[in-house]
Amino acid sequence: MPKLTLRVNRQTHTIDCSASTLLVEALREQLRLTGTHVGCDTSQCGACTVHVDGASVKSCTMLAVEAEGAEITTIEGLADGDKLHPMQAAFQEHHGLQCGFCTPGMVMSAVDLCKRVKAPSEPEVRTWLEGNLCRCTGYHNIVKAVMAGADGMNGGKP
Amino acid sequence: MTAYVRPADLAEATRVLADHPAWMILAGGTDLMVHAQHQPVPVGILDLWRLPGLGGIDARQRDDRSWLRLGAGTTWREVIADARVQHALPNLVAAAREIGALQIQARGTIGGNLGTSSPVGDSLPVWLALGAEIELRSVHGTRTVPYADYCTGYRKTARGVEELITAVWAPVPATGTRLHWRKVGTRKAQSISKVMAAAALALDGDTITAARIGLGAVADRPIRATAIEAALVGRRLGDDAIAAARAALAIAPITDVRSTAAYRHDVAANLIARFVAA
Amino acid sequence: MDSGTASASRRVTSEAVGTSLPRVDGIAKVTGRARYLDDLDAVGAWHGVTVRSTIPHGILDGLDRDPAFDWTDIVVVTAADIPGQNVITLIELDQPALVPVGGTIRHVDEAIALVAAPTRARAFAAARAITARVTPLVPVLSIEDALTGPIQLHGADNVFKRFAIRKGHATDGEIEAALAASAHVIDSVYRTSPQEQMYIEPQAMMAEWREGACHVTGSMQCPYYVHKAMKPLLDLHAEDVIISQTVTGGGFGGKEEYPSMIAAHAALLAKVAQRPVKIVYDRDEDIAATTKRHPALIRHRLGLDALGNPTVIDVDVVMDGGAYATLSAVVLSRGVLHAAGPYKCPVVRIVGRVVATNHPPHGAFRGFGAPQTTFAYERQIEKAARLMGADPLAYRRRHALRAGDTTATSQVLGYSVATDEVLDAIEQCAGTPPVRDGVNASGAPVKRGRGVCFYFHGAGFTGSGEQRLAGRATVALAAGGRFEVRASSTDIGQGAITIFTQLAADGLGVDASRIDVIDPNTARVPDSGPTVASRTCMVVGGLVEAGAKLIAARIRAWAESVGRAGSIEDLADDAFGALGPIAETTQYTPPPGIAWDDATYTGAAYPVFGWAACLVDVAVDLDTYEVAIERCVQAVDVGKAINPAIVKGQIEGGTLQALGWAVLENVVYKNGKVANATMTNCIVPTFADAPELETIIVEVPYPFGPHGAKGVGEIPMDGPAAAVANAVALALGVEFDELPISPEVVAQRLGGQS
Repeated sequence: MPKLTLRVNRQTHTIDCSASTLLVEALREQLRLTGTHVGCDTSQCGACTVHVDGASVKSCTMLAVEAEGAEITTIEGLADGDKLHPMQAAFQEHHGLQCGFCTPGMVMSAVDLCKRVKAPSEPEVRTWLEGNLCRCTGYHNIVKAVMAGADGMNGGKP
Repeated sequence: MTAYVRPADLAEATRVLADHPAWMILAGGTDLMVHAQHQPVPVGILDLWRLPGLGGIDARQRDDRSWLRLGAGTTWREVIADARVQHALPNLVAAAREIGALQIQARGTIGGNLGTSSPVGDSLPVWLALGAEIELRSVHGTRTVPYADYCTGYRKTARGVEELITAVWAPVPATGTRLHWRKVGTRKAQSISKVMAAAALALDGDTITAARIGLGAVADRPIRATAIEAALVGRRLGDDAIAAARAALAIAPITDVRSTAAYRHDVAANLIARFVAA
Repeated sequence: MDSGTASASRRVTSEAVGTSLPRVDGIAKVTGRARYLDDLDAVGAWHGVTVRSTIPHGILDGLDRDPAFDWTDIVVVTAADIPGQNVITLIELDQPALVPVGGTIRHVDEAIALVAAPTRARAFAAARAITARVTPLVPVLSIEDALTGPIQLHGADNVFKRFAIRKGHATDGEIEAALAASAHVIDSVYRTSPQEQMYIEPQAMMAEWREGACHVTGSMQCPYYVHKAMKPLLDLHAEDVIISQTVTGGGFGGKEEYPSMIAAHAALLAKVAQRPVKIVYDRDEDIAATTKRHPALIRHRLGLDALGNPTVIDVDVVMDGGAYATLSAVVLSRGVLHAAGPYKCPVVRIVGRVVATNHPPHGAFRGFGAPQTTFAYERQIEKAARLMGADPLAYRRRHALRAGDTTATSQVLGYSVATDEVLDAIEQCAGTPPVRDGVNASGAPVKRGRGVCFYFHGAGFTGSGEQRLAGRATVALAAGGRFEVRASSTDIGQGAITIFTQLAADGLGVDASRIDVIDPNTARVPDSGPTVASRTCMVVGGLVEAGAKLIAARIRAWAESVGRAGSIEDLADDAFGALGPIAETTQYTPPPGIAWDDATYTGAAYPVFGWAACLVDVAVDLDTYEVAIERCVQAVDVGKAINPAIVKGQIEGGTLQALGWAVLENVVYKNGKVANATMTNCIVPTFADAPELETIIVEVPYPFGPHGAKGVGEIPMDGPAAAVANAVALALGVEFDELPISPEVVAQRLGGQS
């Protein structure tokens, strides 16, 4: 197996990895970062969304080797120790989740949005997140949570 | 074990492809990774993602015309964000906005969509309407092929096995050209197209002097509605043009799990009619 | 738009109940620490893959292994390896865990063999290296073929189960006479489509054998269903089967019965492989092989007198059960019990049948038969209102059931009837209906319309089901001043853990942080019944509340006996030292005066109903025939919202599933196979497809529910599809009696003319 060096959540890992291994497989199976979920085989659900150099990417559409040299952040790397990231806090506080399976991908996409757009409007939130499917919430509380999370990221109360 | 090469430049990329024409050519991966666990493991992967020389959008002059040359590695997000494309090719921007969702637009590329050449490829009818040309490069040289000649059948293209798609050349439409796009998918986002239509209409006042219309998802490949194009010349926008377009529509779409032949036919007619409405 | 709570009840003041406590499981889920089945560290576990049939009907003559394939390190299991009975125990004992060689294949994607390997890729390869030899038989692929065709799949008539409800008459002749005597008869046939649950976590299960006992853990709604199914299959005593639930990524009914099948497969593979085996379905496999909402064919005849009063309702419901009986009888039961709707009518006949076909079995999905019949009756009522020139809401208000009225099963409604409250709520926020003609953002002409519906949903098990089930839950005192809640009811995202925490905290009079809801595990929790039927809060929550109060009383009695004073929180730790881990297990008892006759299908079908009304504005694009939902308001009576945010979340989620079912979701069968078995083609709504949802919680308390609570999980699924159809019919002037109201159907109904 070829060796591969990945920077994930501010740590450097060297793993054995085939060139055809997907990034999501490397994260889940080799680094055991299981907060990144797999909900489909067709790049639809968005549950595997992570950040690659700060941009949200469905980690099932990318090979692990392609991520070499990039800074990867998964849901596990978002909180500062026990202190939730403002977006995580907003999802928790505003009931932006039910079963939670889509939540890590949803949070990662939302953080990417709110880094680019400080105070997104409701339509902007809905457009930005249309690559993330949720079957539990009807999306309503997720929109509320993301808007609150945007406030939180800008120093307001999440 | 799968071989993997991320070339440093285009020259290396074409050399690798010349040596390994069967390798998977990978751009953003948004098509290729679908059902990855059930696909045969590729012998080798030629990774073109962010390859220097494949990116960039440039204004060029060629054959006494103004063109936009869009590098094949340009992502849909970059297309959407580019002011020159927004100004000159608004229908391409409209199409790009409806490809997958934002994560897919961030990885999916112009070249990838052309390489896969699916009959439901979301950008492809736009190239037909714009009269775009595809730039192909191999160790033997560079050539351009009009898009209309590029796609030769169901997921078949004129690209040789040693050739890379390096760019799309889109002629900048003359001032006053009406550009249109509409995608009808299975839902409002992340959808596979059921019908797509793109158009470029040259006008003298409200009379159509030339028309190019591209349709997607209504045949085994993206097609031009040449009979309608011919029928529209000399027609006035509005009922005159609508009647001519409806009468000249000649497509034979299929029924599949996503839609019906009748629906595709009716909606293609309606979309074109809307484009030529007053 | 957030809206208030229209409370018709005395406000219950307490610390926990009635507040939107953030989810107890929320932190783990937002940080990625929650472990779903596929996330568990399973050292040495192998991966299981299912070999499936490719024909809808036939004889399995044999299974051939490709001799060229390297079978080292591969375990193969067939029906011959089953130690006990080859059956997935449910209502009937007709469904095998694996089709045996010589046996009958009854649907595409039926399990015929299993493989396990050290890696998933190897397991897939091994599965591909097994070929089935089959003799195809003619399949039955529609309700019509099942009823009238020559192929017999089940009994002489292919009917798995039939029900008949009669009110106000004795013979069929009287029904025809009543219809003949009516001033108007609205006679329509309705069709509803199969629907995929599409929980975002695919089905997943892991099994391991230790010292002769089989341990199964996974994504499921009902641990004791799996427990019941494993005993005969594995030929084990009850105590040697231990079933536990992992964090579950949605269910909606889809993880009610099917997990027993996957558990069986994992257990069989683990036994032969002598190591843990994990089965995680691919999304495509999950869509293709697991249960869906039953498609239904419903003829509804509604007789009216000259004033528009309903005089007779006659409904014939036929559902496609698929290849095995599974839960179809119970789904049909709920369907027929709701088929007359919440309307006054002296003469009612409802006949229901569920038939055998060669489709993969249809099964539980939120609403459980009621959405299908609700669609039919709310279209009928709409047509009646229009026929009489009446305002649709006013017509419904005039003929709706109130306390003191009788339902189709002659159940006299005594309490908690929220007809006026939900209709008032909708009326008050309705505003001006949309202007019919307009243009949308694409520049296309649109027709707009507004539709409403009014509906009810029985909470808890049907008839005497809850009594038979006799669900039990335990509240116990634990060390460190903490308390445990033990029940087999699972949190599948709907908030059970949080609700139980709130009810226990309230019953004990302690802070919610003192409560631990124990992970469901059949070795550690009593059988509180399955997590279905909108019963978890109303029934099991009531047991939790009762148990909490009993424990509090015992602590207070102890405190009094030793002369201690203080709050339960103050006393708990010392009480544990003195009393030990005292526990109180309570068992469900039905409310007084509830009687149900299963033989005649009369009496109290449900202890109580939830009530709801829905308003939908649509815009139909005349270029593309797409129906856009521009507004959706739901007013839902839940008795009492224990946690308003969670209740709203249930309503919003159920509403969007219903809107999806109305206009874009579908499962397309082709020769018995799911032809759109990918998430790309079997679509559910995205953010872009979802309107902003307006939700109004109405609280008309149920005297026998905890703090007045009744069910909420299913009801929001029942009504919106009819409201959409009513709105589209008004917009276009054409009736829509089939679901989904897809653009293709709209185009066809409009004759392809824009």
